[in-house]
Amino acid sequence: MTRRSRLVLFVIVAPVFAALFFLAAQGLPSFGSEFHPYGDRAVEMATGQRATANVVSSVNFDQRAIDTLGEEFILFGSVIGTIVLLRPAPEERETGLRSAGRVLPTTRLAGYLLLPVSVLVGLYVIAHGQLSPGGGFQGGVVLATGWHLLYVAGRYTALRRAASPTVLEIAESVGAAAYAAIGLAGLVIGGAFLVNFLPTGRLNDLLSGGTVPLLNGAVGVAVAAAIVLLLSGFLEQEVVLRQTEEPLAGSSISTEEPLAGSSMVADDAEQR
Amino acid sequence: MITLPYLVAGWLFLVGCYGLVTSRNLVHTVACLTVAQSATYVLLLAVGFRAGATAPVFADVPVGTRVVDPVVQALSLTDIVVSATVTAVLLALTVQIYKRHGTVNPDELRALQD
Repeated sequence: MTRRSRLVLFVIVAPVFAALFFLAAQGLPSFGSEFHPYGDRAVEMATGQRATANVVSSVNFDQRAIDTLGEEFILFGSVIGTIVLLRPAPEERETGLRSAGRVLPTTRLAGYLLLPVSVLVGLYVIAHGQLSPGGGFQGGVVLATGWHLLYVAGRYTALRRAASPTVLEIAESVGAAAYAAIGLAGLVIGGAFLVNFLPTGRLNDLLSGGTVPLLNGAVGVAVAAAIVLLLSGFLEQEVVLRQTEEPLAGSSISTEEPLAGSSMVADDAEQR
Repeated sequence: MITLPYLVAGWLFLVGCYGLVTSRNLVHTVACLTVAQSATYVLLLAVGFRAGATAPVFADVPVGTRVVDPVVQALSLTDIVVSATVTAVLLALTVQIYKRHGTVNPDELRALQD
């Protein structure tokens, strides 16, 4: 489909969508209304019986925990997909690390200073998911980004040595499996998959919410490992992998295009 | 009857779709998809809003305080995670397309059409 025909199609379809969406919006409850039947029940459940101060966490990891299991495995699947897509092609080889270039001493210092702070914040956010805004997903991302401050500080070798892909892959699988295992424990002890089988404690205690903190921890490990894996996959493309001059025979998908493409990539690399 | 925030979500979706349709660079296409998807965050959070209410976290407000709808906020969280992972896979595909074909302009990717 050419760009022009796509645009024509858009010009026809967009007004139809806009009109239907406008009509649909008129049927929604007015913005800011008091009509939130599900929300009211979720709040009542979370603050009462389940003693989880952060109601969003209670919805995600208790009342609708099975949806989060699905979400967790979407993340898992996409990480596997990205790793498979970014694996070295037959005509690529791992070169030694290219030099990091000049890193300003202030950048380096900022990286080193912020690393412990962001790791601490990440752990805090994961551990307090049942009390304050945050949880496994958010804290995991903070941990993973904090980790990459090492890259900003010019220590990519240290980054790779400290967390090899194998360790991260195991951590990610363990995190995802722990989520499912807690669900199965609920099935055995409480009689339903992912049922909140632990004592829920008192509202606003650190150890409250039953399985919510446990599931947050599992998700935190999985997400942190997943994001580091994703980012390192992309970083490797830039920092480690280099295309050899001659693509191996038989490795190309079609006959002409890849050759043209690979020579362009090689040119590009030389220019850099 | 206020519907403006819902309409903003529809507008965001259409703007993202327009970008998808007219894109000349696959990285840009992925970004446009993210814009279109962010319409769903706006719509979800707008649906959950309650005038004058606070966040659904009872760490420092007493139980019984009026709060906005936590269910749609949880849905938005799921939405964001899915969006981020889809973006990662699509960008990985873009990297490989560039390596194979030397271009990221969707109109020049004839090999996909043949």
